[in-house]
Amino acid sequence: MSVNKNMNVLVVDDYQTMVRIIKNLLKQIGFNNVDEASDGTMALGMIKKKQYGLVISDWNMEPMSGLELLKQVRGAGEHFSDVPFIMVTAESKTENVIAARQAGVNNYIVKPFNADTLKTKISAVLGDLG
Amino acid sequence: MTEKSYERGKVVEIIQSVIHKMEGSGASDHEIHAELADLSHTIDLLRHDIAQSHTGNLKHTDIPGATDELDAVVLATAEATNTIMAACEAIEKRANTTGDNALIDEVTRIYEACGFQDITGQRISKVVATLRQIETKIDHLLSALDRRMGPIDHAVPVPDQRQGDKALLNGPQMPAKAVSQDDIDRLLAEFDN
Repeated sequence: MSVNKNMNVLVVDDYQTMVRIIKNLLKQIGFNNVDEASDGTMALGMIKKKQYGLVISDWNMEPMSGLELLKQVRGAGEHFSDVPFIMVTAESKTENVIAARQAGVNNYIVKPFNADTLKTKISAVLGDLG
Repeated sequence: MTEKSYERGKVVEIIQSVIHKMEGSGASDHEIHAELADLSHTIDLLRHDIAQSHTGNLKHTDIPGATDELDAVVLATAEATNTIMAACEAIEKRANTTGDNALIDEVTRIYEACGFQDITGQRISKVVATLRQIETKIDHLLSALDRRMGPIDHAVPVPDQRQGDKALLNGPQMPAKAVSQDDIDRLLAEFDN
């Protein structure tokens, strides 16, 4: 069964350019209900209020980083705690990937990335994109 | 051995010599006075060297100027990237209506390439943070030197030594200091009148 592309997707990044790039690439894939947040705090507030089918987040943000956002989401014990979460970041050290995995990330994309990589990783997390 | 470490070694050597002569009974007041005068001269030379290095320039103009320039690079690339993205979005919209998939693929390549702004922005932010750390360390070093050796005239800016046409080369100006095209047009028009 292919993925429901009408799901709400949240893109979290403090660089507006990157938000715009990811939103455009998601639109090309077929996701049109895409919201954006500029840091973890803002994103967490949005996740608590609205049901998201996917969160795509940067790591290095202030005041709340992407890793802290992931930990808060996974540790909340709420209906949103198992939301699929993909980290898209320039942090490419092994320990970063391990820390994100241990915090419960579903996939990890290193910047710079291309449209195929984004599509492949989303598909790996959500299923067949059609 | 560098010149600086030699000078530091010389200070230590003189101090040890003075202590030795004061502890021993053979040294005359004249000899000790001569040693102390030598020590004073060496310290004066060091102070002069510090003043000549114009470290105040680093703290007051060079490093703040460099960080401002880097911030301006981030801002300018962000603006340029957003303009490129807006143009791509318009092209993609048209390509979608005509079903030109090849054109959409090319637009996608541009979207991907625009990610450079995020990466370079993060790298530049790291450089700015490092420069600010250096600035803080220089500040602490100068404060310590001032406390121990008295005020040193290190804050005096070094005048621009360049001459002629070379003195006109200053690169892009910061937006706040830049002269606008309208200002330039007005200035040129004054020559024509």
